[in-house]
Amino acid sequence: MATYLEFIQQNEERDGVRFSWNVWPSSRLEATRMVVPLACLLTPLKERLDLPPVQYEPVLCSRPTCKAVLNPLCQVDYRAKLWACNFCFQRNQFPPAYAGISEVNQPAELMPQFSTIEYIVQRGPQTPLIFLYVVDTCLEEEDLQALKESLQMSLSLLPPDALVGLITFGRMVQVHELSCEGISKSYVFRGTKDLTAKQIQDMLGLSRPAVPMQQGRPLQTPDQPVISSRFLQPVHKIDMNLTDLLGELQRDPWPVTQGKRPLRSTGVALSIAVGLLEGTFPNTGARIMLFTGGPPTQGPGMVVGDELKTPIRSWHDIEKDNARFMKKATKHYETLANRSAANGHCIDIYACALDQTGLLEMKCCANLTGGHMVMGDSFNTSLFKQTFQRVFSKGYNGEFRMAFGANLDVKTSRELKIAGAIGPCISLNAKGPCVSENELGIGGTSQWKICSLDPSTTLAIYFEVVNQHNAPIPQGGRGAVQFVTHYQHSSTQKRIRVTTIARNWADAQTQLQHIEAAFDQEAAAVLMARLGVYRAESEEGPDVLRWLDRQLIRLCQKFGQYNKDDPNSFRLSESFSLYPQFIFHLRRSPFLQVFNNSPDESSYYRHHFARQDLTQSLIMIQPILYAYSFHGPPEPVLLDSSSILPDRILLMDTFFQIVIYLGETIAQWQKAGYQDMPEYENFKHLLQAPLDDAQEILQTRFPMPRYIHTEHGGSQARFLLSKVNPSQTHNNLYAWGQVSNGGAAHDWECL
Amino acid sequence: MSVNQQAHTGPPYGQPQPGYQGYQQPAYGGQSLPGAPQSQYGAYNGPMPGYQQPVPPQGYFPSLGFPSKGSPVSLNSDTSSLAPNFIGSLRAPPTSGAPPPVSGASHPSGHVAYSQFEHGDVQNGIPASAAPVQRPPASQPFLPGSAPTPVSQISTFQQYGPPPASVQQLRNHMAGMTIGCTAASAPPPAGLGYASVPPVSGSFSATGSGLYTPYSASQGPPLTSVSQGLPLVQPPFPGQTISTQRLPTQVPGFTPPPPSTGVGPSSYPPTTGAPRPPAMPGPPLPGQTVAGPPSSQPNHVSSPPPPSTMAGLHPGPPMSGLHGPPPPNHPPQPGYQMQQNGSFGQMRGPQPNYGGAYPGAPNYGSPPGPPPPPKRLDPDSIPSPIQVIEDDRNNRGSEPFVTGVRGQVPPLVTTNFLVKDQGNASPRYIRCTSYNIPCTSDMAKQSQVPLAAVIKPLATLPPEETLPYLVDHGESGPVRCNRCKAYMCPFMQFIEGGRRFQCCFCSCVTEVPPHYFQHLDHTGKRVDFYDRPELSLGSYEFLATVDYCKNNKFPSPPAFIFMIDVSYNAVKSGLVRLICEELKSLLDYLPREGNMEESAIRVGFVTYNKVLHFYNVKSSLAQPQMMVVSDVADMFVPLLDGFLVNVNESRTVIASLLDQIPEMFADTRETETVFAPVIQAGLEALKAADCAGKLFIFHTSLPIAEAPGKLKNRDDRKLINTDKEKTLFQPQTSFYNNLAKDCVAQGCCVDLFLFPNQYLDVATLGVVPYQTGGSIYKYAYFQLETDQYRFLNDLRKDVQKEVGFDAVMRVRTSTGIRATDFFGAFYMSNTTDVEMAGLDCDKTITVEFKHDDKLSEDSGALLQCALLYTSCAGQRRLRIHNLSLNCCTQLADLYRNCETDTLINYLAKHAYRGVLSSPVKTVRDALINQCAQILACYRKNCASPSSAGQLILPECMKLLPVYLNCVLKSDVLQPGPEVTTDDRAYIRQLVTSMDVAETNVFFYPRLLPLTKADVDSDSLPAAIRNSEERLSKGDIYLLENGLNIFVWVGVNVQQSLIQNLFGVSSFSQISNALSTLPVLENPFSKKVRSIVDTLQGQRSRYMKLIIVKQEDKLEMLFKHFLVEDKSLSGGASYVDFLCHMHKEIRQLLS
Repeated sequence: MATYLEFIQQNEERDGVRFSWNVWPSSRLEATRMVVPLACLLTPLKERLDLPPVQYEPVLCSRPTCKAVLNPLCQVDYRAKLWACNFCFQRNQFPPAYAGISEVNQPAELMPQFSTIEYIVQRGPQTPLIFLYVVDTCLEEEDLQALKESLQMSLSLLPPDALVGLITFGRMVQVHELSCEGISKSYVFRGTKDLTAKQIQDMLGLSRPAVPMQQGRPLQTPDQPVISSRFLQPVHKIDMNLTDLLGELQRDPWPVTQGKRPLRSTGVALSIAVGLLEGTFPNTGARIMLFTGGPPTQGPGMVVGDELKTPIRSWHDIEKDNARFMKKATKHYETLANRSAANGHCIDIYACALDQTGLLEMKCCANLTGGHMVMGDSFNTSLFKQTFQRVFSKGYNGEFRMAFGANLDVKTSRELKIAGAIGPCISLNAKGPCVSENELGIGGTSQWKICSLDPSTTLAIYFEVVNQHNAPIPQGGRGAVQFVTHYQHSSTQKRIRVTTIARNWADAQTQLQHIEAAFDQEAAAVLMARLGVYRAESEEGPDVLRWLDRQLIRLCQKFGQYNKDDPNSFRLSESFSLYPQFIFHLRRSPFLQVFNNSPDESSYYRHHFARQDLTQSLIMIQPILYAYSFHGPPEPVLLDSSSILPDRILLMDTFFQIVIYLGETIAQWQKAGYQDMPEYENFKHLLQAPLDDAQEILQTRFPMPRYIHTEHGGSQARFLLSKVNPSQTHNNLYAWGQVSNGGAAHDWECL
Repeated sequence: MSVNQQAHTGPPYGQPQPGYQGYQQPAYGGQSLPGAPQSQYGAYNGPMPGYQQPVPPQGYFPSLGFPSKGSPVSLNSDTSSLAPNFIGSLRAPPTSGAPPPVSGASHPSGHVAYSQFEHGDVQNGIPASAAPVQRPPASQPFLPGSAPTPVSQISTFQQYGPPPASVQQLRNHMAGMTIGCTAASAPPPAGLGYASVPPVSGSFSATGSGLYTPYSASQGPPLTSVSQGLPLVQPPFPGQTISTQRLPTQVPGFTPPPPSTGVGPSSYPPTTGAPRPPAMPGPPLPGQTVAGPPSSQPNHVSSPPPPSTMAGLHPGPPMSGLHGPPPPNHPPQPGYQMQQNGSFGQMRGPQPNYGGAYPGAPNYGSPPGPPPPPKRLDPDSIPSPIQVIEDDRNNRGSEPFVTGVRGQVPPLVTTNFLVKDQGNASPRYIRCTSYNIPCTSDMAKQSQVPLAAVIKPLATLPPEETLPYLVDHGESGPVRCNRCKAYMCPFMQFIEGGRRFQCCFCSCVTEVPPHYFQHLDHTGKRVDFYDRPELSLGSYEFLATVDYCKNNKFPSPPAFIFMIDVSYNAVKSGLVRLICEELKSLLDYLPREGNMEESAIRVGFVTYNKVLHFYNVKSSLAQPQMMVVSDVADMFVPLLDGFLVNVNESRTVIASLLDQIPEMFADTRETETVFAPVIQAGLEALKAADCAGKLFIFHTSLPIAEAPGKLKNRDDRKLINTDKEKTLFQPQTSFYNNLAKDCVAQGCCVDLFLFPNQYLDVATLGVVPYQTGGSIYKYAYFQLETDQYRFLNDLRKDVQKEVGFDAVMRVRTSTGIRATDFFGAFYMSNTTDVEMAGLDCDKTITVEFKHDDKLSEDSGALLQCALLYTSCAGQRRLRIHNLSLNCCTQLADLYRNCETDTLINYLAKHAYRGVLSSPVKTVRDALINQCAQILACYRKNCASPSSAGQLILPECMKLLPVYLNCVLKSDVLQPGPEVTTDDRAYIRQLVTSMDVAETNVFFYPRLLPLTKADVDSDSLPAAIRNSEERLSKGDIYLLENGLNIFVWVGVNVQQSLIQNLFGVSSFSQISNALSTLPVLENPFSKKVRSIVDTLQGQRSRYMKLIIVKQEDKLEMLFKHFLVEDKSLSGGASYVDFLCHMHKEIRQLLS
């Protein structure tokens, strides 16, 4: 099946799309029997070195309900200068600019290699990027200092014309006015009072006073920048001022008595940040970057009271319905997230504390707006510092790896309907003929808003085959899907990326082997995992696991080959062989298991799982384990306790952690100092190899993983031991054999 | 200031007037005949405005009247009259009058001092006349009744003598006239007068003076103790005046009356009655509207004498004149009538009649007006405040006042004296209305003399006197009575060899704590008597223990927060810059305790318009930080650290802030302001810092921005003189009351500096300052050039003055009396504790006592005022003032130990509070009634028998009528058209915290002839009485009332004087805009400026200097403060009021 693998890989490279099935069952009935839904992982802004954007507007289908973009799959009548939409079959006249086209003179969008194409369009005013820092001042002195330095450093990483703003909070919330010289000004808000957007704007003096209105329009336009500029200023103008301001930031001065948490008004601070941007720059790319060092303890959005003797809610409390602030807080943050998303602003959360910080309640802020969520122990760690720095990293062409205010529009040919999407997006509630009534993920729409995305942001999009069994598709018929992504590029340009893909239909009854061969088990695993995690957000854990199990069993039933009552006869084809293993690890993963994880951690893991691309998602599901030894070159080994050997160095990448584990012998050698002896240089190299590899991962990963260097018997070794399949334990020495089979068989028995 | 000239409108006048008129008329009748005077007046009129005219006539009249008796005088006056005439004439009469009264007044029986009282100190010239013979000594007019003057007076007396002879009591001045009247002959003259009156009345009306005259007339009557003469006389007048002015109202009645009055004495009553009523009501109103009134004023001034006659008439007229005689008259009338009736029983009947008469009268009024000027009481013959003050100064100013003796009456507040504390609190701390308290409540009720103490617990002492000693009784705190908790004081009796002490207040016996034990000597005094201030002194302080502190925690040093309005108005007027500049240096002069090197007070800064800006001025900052709070609906303090700072530590940051504030808001376009949130912010800041403190708020406009405490413009002048008038004094919303309560609880005192360009509702904005013990300063139409010096001086004084925080005052009394009512700027949560967030050295609390049992003459009555407060260094202390008073079973003792200044202080505060709940007219009526009762009680029970027509005043209270009249005429009780609602509210609150000295000069301003000043001495020139007739066109005068200083320049002042004082060459070049006198190097300029400086130094507020040129527009303003004259707004003249008072008293007696 090398051809399919190549095909899949090619498609991913070119279009950033991976479908669970690359040959589609041609009827609804058959599609449902396939168990794994027809779905794809879409990376809308996949980095394409070879994709020069074109500088004109896309040509749209003239049917108002369609508006598909002209693409290589369209039939073109060069003589009549007509093209037929491949989604609605509308015949369209080319616009005048296309008068000169012919078979040999094709515009880019008609060439097959441009199944993905990017347009730069001139629409509306270009507004610089906006970064609004929302900084917690209830931090330890050390943490605050580190955070201040990080923030100051970040100023140099911002585009010079970017607008920055600063809000600090503790017991009160301060919105700093950056335009003034000399005396520094800030607007202060009580941290306990829930303010409406209007109130906030009134209090910040953002509402347009009635006077200029009367004086006519001319005054309004000049007024607006003046108003907004008080709080949001171009970096290059107030670089120095802001650096000083940050330098002078003090810890929240209000006394915190013994046995109390500091009063932290995160909820109000975010509310004000959202209100501020809403009033000044609606529908413009903007990041609200929240830096918090603890849970919100007062006002709307409070997660825990200020009494230290009352611990912050745990999963146990939540199950017992004992988390008294959770629902209210969640609602508060959801409202904010939705408002923010509606205006195209994203919210990042950088939470650094040893205890929980309320990510569970606040997660929607990042999840719905495409913001980052970073969790660390302290702002004074390289984990935070480098992660934060990486937010501003630049791509191959020197452009920031961030885009804003994306609007993803999905169009399908008639046999397909859209069931939903899972990812850092919100629904735009665009109903249409291609929207399915069955929802998977965020459904009921063919358009989603992604307030912030980067080249790796990946959405799972689920489809439903609606073609009836008795209406066969003609041989060679292809189904098509078009993804149209409008977004604001980091250069503030408005761009549109259009990806059009097509797949063959196949009759599952007669051509099942084609369909089977075209199964992308990696994509399928991730897509199923996303569904599972999505369900886990709202359902009880065991229900989700049972659902996953049942799905796996049904898949194996459908595609496995076995003799009844003979477990050993069970075989899966190569294209399915890894799938059960993925699901096995998924069941054990922190995305579905909350045991030993705080609610915050769960939220954090799930957040990242729902936005990373396929490769990273797989790493999250099933961590990668490499072995380094004198017996040969580094090799991936099974994520199994049997892989732990005394003379090996193991490197495990779980996405969130990178663990280097020295086997018992290796560790002894290292203690003995062999690596420093010239005659054992090869040992030195052996020790170095995993470090280098780890470094490579650390360089690219966002957020920075926790880096753990440990050895046999070390306390940190638990990170490794908790992940590997416990096929060998101190009381269990017999091997389980094939993990996938084992898992499956186990489930089998349960049934 | 704000009050401006017209304080008192109709009501007071109305009452007095009617009565007066009645009286006057008779007088007129007698005098009126002398048509000559009128003509003379006419002459006067020429020079003077309408008013003057009438006056002169009056003066003449008297003279006329005199002629019969002592014609020469009158002649003289006449001759002199012309320009100066009034004055001259007036003076002349007065002198003559005065002497007589004096002599007459002081009967032999009376002691020099008391003589008057005893005699019932007949004020009237008449008594004097009678006395004259006996008591030449009473050189001074009636007041002294004392014999001294007799000599000079004698002559006059003699003149009078003959006529009066029959009437012994000098009906004195008026008397001149009345006296004549008194005799059988008198009536006839009156009648004649009346006859002439009609014409006269015409004149009256014309003069408008009529209004004024009423009072004088009334005075006249009273003076003329002779009942017949007076009434007769007066009635005619009123009739006349009334008729003219009141035509509309009383028209029908009036016309007839005049004639009747004219006819004969008998007729008077009716006539008088009639005239009065009309006069009362009608006059005020018409007076205002009509030009007439003004004319009347002049009259008063110049020719007080005539007033008597005129007065009767005038009262009515002025009123009418003001209001537009016709319509207005009616309304006022009713009220007046009532009063009148009270005073003049007879009048009532007539009144209606007058109505009829008036119609005709009007006609009369206009034409005859000028000529008729009736005779008047001689103003010089009625009690003179100046004389009383001068006498007290001479008699008591030289020796220290030693407080060892119980029930001693201290020297007057106007006297400069030293106090030696020997067991009773200095009068600087406590003054009482009476130092001899009736033993029973029946007596007290009978006398109607209010028992009140005016307490100024933190009064500043002159450097020669020692501050209260600080006593520390150790950890257990001050030694106190077990039962009533009174503090150890000199009156506690130690018994059982000193092991116990008996409380002087409740008689409970308490063990002496061991550490406090001391043996007694053979007299029962403790051996350490002289070592312990609390045993030997009237005033001392205890160091409070932690038990006396809030939350059982010693207080932190207080804080000052400066809160500056930076809205458009404030910035544009330059105010913001001015304040900031001043604060830079002022912050070095924060109050500090004793010998501390630097003040413990921390400071904070807030600016605001629609939102509030707090400033972080922490010393570690390079630049101040501004924090804007726009959530005014729910105020909070945005910062903790760095808001309140030590001035020295944060000096540079503060300086930088004060430099930048004016710049930051230079371009502001924000015109709306908030107010309540500003106070809340200060309050919250103090709460957060856990300390007491003071907010200095500089505010410019009505807070209309959306916020708690938002106000509407509800100013409505139409409410004046209606039952709803009281609402103008009440706050718009109760929000501020609640806020004030919170402030008091925290010890947050608010001082408010207002710079309004229009109505900003002082009544509401002032609630918090008022209830927290703060002050309000108001600079209407603030202009940098003219007002900055005054404002800055006030600010400096306010910031620097000694102040206590978080204060609670309780007054304990010995069994038998009880403190029942309190007046001042404070808050009370229960009935006994006066709570003040802040109490400064100028704030005064007036406490009223009532009997709840009998007192004994032996033990007397004791007061102990204990004030618990936090000093400016944050020390918790108790200041104790003790005062022992005598008790009496004889009313005479009570009247002999009264203090009129204190009485007026109490009465004014009581009345000013009354306007919050009652119509102003009711308040005025009540005031008059109470005073009439006081005097009637004296007359009935203490004075030696004398004719019912004789007005007899207790020596200690002889100024009561004149002062009371001033209170009645004050802006709060009788506002003129230029007095804004804000002004009245402002004055009301101001007066409520005034001490006795301040109320004294506020109600009876000090008038100094600058040109008479001795440039070589330090002394001030002798003051003169507040009457226009005392002013000479050739002189320059200074008038001060505690708020304003007027420098009045006569038209005929020598050019050299003008050059010396103003640096310009002629009268016309003198600028009204001057707010200070130019600094010129010549003795006169130096002297005048030093006088001004001296006066400024005596007042807690910097007075506004106003240059008034004679016959200039501003002169109206100035004349408003000539309180012995009839005022434009309808206030009675002294003479008229005296007559009215007399009538009231007689009515009570009959």
